[in-house]
Amino acid sequence: MAKGIRDKVAIIGMGCSRFGERWDCGPDDLMREAFSEAIGDAGIERDEIDAAWLGVFFQEQSTGKSGLPLSQALRLPNTPVTRVENLCATGTEALRGAAYAVAAGACDYALAMGVEKLKDTGYAGLPERTRGSFEDLWQPNSTAPGSFAQLATAYARKHGMDMKDVKRAMAHISRKSHDNGLLNEKAHLRRRITEDDVLNAPMVAYPLGVLDCCGVSDGAACAIVTTVENAIAMGRKDMVVIKAMQLAPSNGWEISSANWDGAYTLTTRLAAERAYREAGIRDPLRELSLFEVHDCFSITELVVMEDLGLSEAGSAVSDVLDGKFDIDGVLPCQVDGGLKCFGHPIGASGLRMAYEIYLQLQGRAGERQLENPTMGMTHNLGGVPNRNVASVSVFGLHAA
Amino acid sequence: MSLSGRGQRSFAHWDEDSLTMAVEAGRQFVNPDASPDTLQLASTSLPFADRSNSGLVGEALNLDSSCRTFDLAGSRRSATTWLAQCLSEANGTHVLLASDCVDAKPGSESEMLLGHAAAGLMLGPADDKRPLIAHCLASRSMHEDFVDQYRMTDQRFDYRLESRWIRDAGTRKQLGSLIREVLKEADKAAPDIDFLVVPASDSICKTIARDNALEKAERPSVLEQKVGLCAAAQSTLGLCWVLGRAQPGQLVLVAGLGQGMDVLLFQVERTDQPAGQSMNIQLDAGELEENYCRYLGLRGLVSIDGGIRAERDNRTAQSAHYRRHRDLTGFVGGRCKECGQLQYPRTEVCVECRKAGTQVPERMAQSQGTINSYTEDWLAYTARPPLIFGSVHFEGGANVTMEFGDFLADEAQVGMNVKMAFRIKDVDNTRHFRRYFWKPVPVRPDGKDG
Repeated sequence: MAKGIRDKVAIIGMGCSRFGERWDCGPDDLMREAFSEAIGDAGIERDEIDAAWLGVFFQEQSTGKSGLPLSQALRLPNTPVTRVENLCATGTEALRGAAYAVAAGACDYALAMGVEKLKDTGYAGLPERTRGSFEDLWQPNSTAPGSFAQLATAYARKHGMDMKDVKRAMAHISRKSHDNGLLNEKAHLRRRITEDDVLNAPMVAYPLGVLDCCGVSDGAACAIVTTVENAIAMGRKDMVVIKAMQLAPSNGWEISSANWDGAYTLTTRLAAERAYREAGIRDPLRELSLFEVHDCFSITELVVMEDLGLSEAGSAVSDVLDGKFDIDGVLPCQVDGGLKCFGHPIGASGLRMAYEIYLQLQGRAGERQLENPTMGMTHNLGGVPNRNVASVSVFGLHAA
Repeated sequence: MSLSGRGQRSFAHWDEDSLTMAVEAGRQFVNPDASPDTLQLASTSLPFADRSNSGLVGEALNLDSSCRTFDLAGSRRSATTWLAQCLSEANGTHVLLASDCVDAKPGSESEMLLGHAAAGLMLGPADDKRPLIAHCLASRSMHEDFVDQYRMTDQRFDYRLESRWIRDAGTRKQLGSLIREVLKEADKAAPDIDFLVVPASDSICKTIARDNALEKAERPSVLEQKVGLCAAAQSTLGLCWVLGRAQPGQLVLVAGLGQGMDVLLFQVERTDQPAGQSMNIQLDAGELEENYCRYLGLRGLVSIDGGIRAERDNRTAQSAHYRRHRDLTGFVGGRCKECGQLQYPRTEVCVECRKAGTQVPERMAQSQGTINSYTEDWLAYTARPPLIFGSVHFEGGANVTMEFGDFLADEAQVGMNVKMAFRIKDVDNTRHFRRYFWKPVPVRPDGKDG
């Protein structure tokens, strides 16, 4: 059985641009903003980077294809750049590529960059896109909120709950992320809201109102990784290492079989099981200090609490309402505001999540700093509940 | 609306046209397991000028590819003309579908007259499974280039002449002699006729009945009250209405009009009760739209701004469509021979047991399903927001994510039963193409299904 990359790769530098409607920036500006912070943090020269991975999803609206946008934006010395894309897990996939290269011994230093420039489309929400030439012939021209809204109707039916109760938990989730986002100067949405605001917001896709939806943002985030041995030799303090990086894509079962009830995300369960195994985690609720999940919509955050094994089946609503995942709860979730308020520039989001864990583990999270965190987890869910790519990654202090 | 300000007119939803309506009419009586020899599609509003419209309808009905399909276009009486010809000469089994979806210019007289509808008949030798409903006693046709209305091929609306001239110089004058010829051939007298079907307003039908001593004959007046005049579909629709209630031995006189006319005389052998029930349900079904502006928008009679999201490129990859055209147009999934799992689309590897090459085609268009999850999406573009879609479970274990049709806001519920309807899925305004797929529509307790 494969041993994985646990404790083999250290993150020595990270950077993140300010997220939001960056009318002032193109994707190259956003990448430079994130890279400038990361390279300073890493304490190396850009010419020392052996290879880079660029994650971008909607290349048509922003960067264009290939690894060239990164190579050109940073004026890299013709360094190998590979462009990756795996829906909303794209940023994490860039990091996985870089980490695997380091773990394999192919590189001393590797760069992972994620970027998305969404706000050049001229309209609200995510850009229209094709699902494939055959799929377009029969699948609905749905939007992301419409697809994720179905988790709510299926979840309420499965657990025999009144939608009003599910909505109350969803409102708590959104309000919590807005509270946390206020503590983050790089966040897109920095406005305090009440749970009543969420419940009374205009409907986007039943039962999701506009305040159940994350920000559609521009932004970039990046990481520079090296071997643990190298990082030790560099004299790094509070070294953050990768404990696990796992991925699970759908194989078509959920979208085709009525045996899937539509009320959970199978891939999240599979990726989490694999990641906990790789990281050696037996009790995530006790061993993790914080986590960032793919809260593209409030219902997604609610449902994946169970998929990640952090709530019992059917208990996520009461756990959320009890404050279990609040910043002062048992296991803080979305301390940086999450996709909901930090924002969701798709290609950057996985790296943005890692950035928050990285800052927290090093005690550099400012106003929102948690007390002595040792290990954190990130989760991405790319696509829609019935057809998606889920990634679960675990990061920890070297000694942890 | 009517000329007297009463009654209703049926109009197709934004995702319906003469093709989808023909499929809906045909699937009520055409059994794909006993494909007819031919399929005729009569209409003056076929969406494609040089793509076989009847062929597409045949595929949606899952008919055998050996079934010959014909588009009967270019005349409002194409259905009755073909009917007369087929009944006098042809052997074999034949399906006639008459469907028309002609829009009227806002404010015109036609707007008060026209409706959208489709109806169908099966012709051929009777057997135990398909007993004889009626047979033709006599028929006559005549052609005369009487231009009461016209629509050039690149135009959307009819140009209609004065109705009094049409009535007096055309319909009344011409129809009388043909009716007499048909009655003479069949050795029947005018008072023997029990039903009269003429594709004209009921007031003109009444005049014709008086002119020809047919006052005793019942007319399908309800169709004017609830449907309107539906061009090439009108005579067939009227005949179907009659056959659903006529008693054995009764006589039905049917006319077709349009640059001449056809007159056919039928004798009823048995009441077509399924057709009668279906007709009654259909006449009361449908969504009542009292907002004139919304009607104009749904029919594309005014230009509505759909926002930038509506600029989505709906180009169809025809080669991709052709690879799976039977599965798409006929809504044919796959049933795994090994584990019994039904799935759509049909694939090489079973989604449950993952065995390869085990799936056999299975038509899902006639199946009912159950809503497992749904949403009303106000962000997605659709001609009538919200876009309602969700996952539908089918008996046999299939789960299909589909765009819903005909649902009213707040109507969808998890666990609700749905049936399938052939509809327009997307319109490509750049390349002037429309593509079709199946949509779940409500199965309503009162029978007023979508």
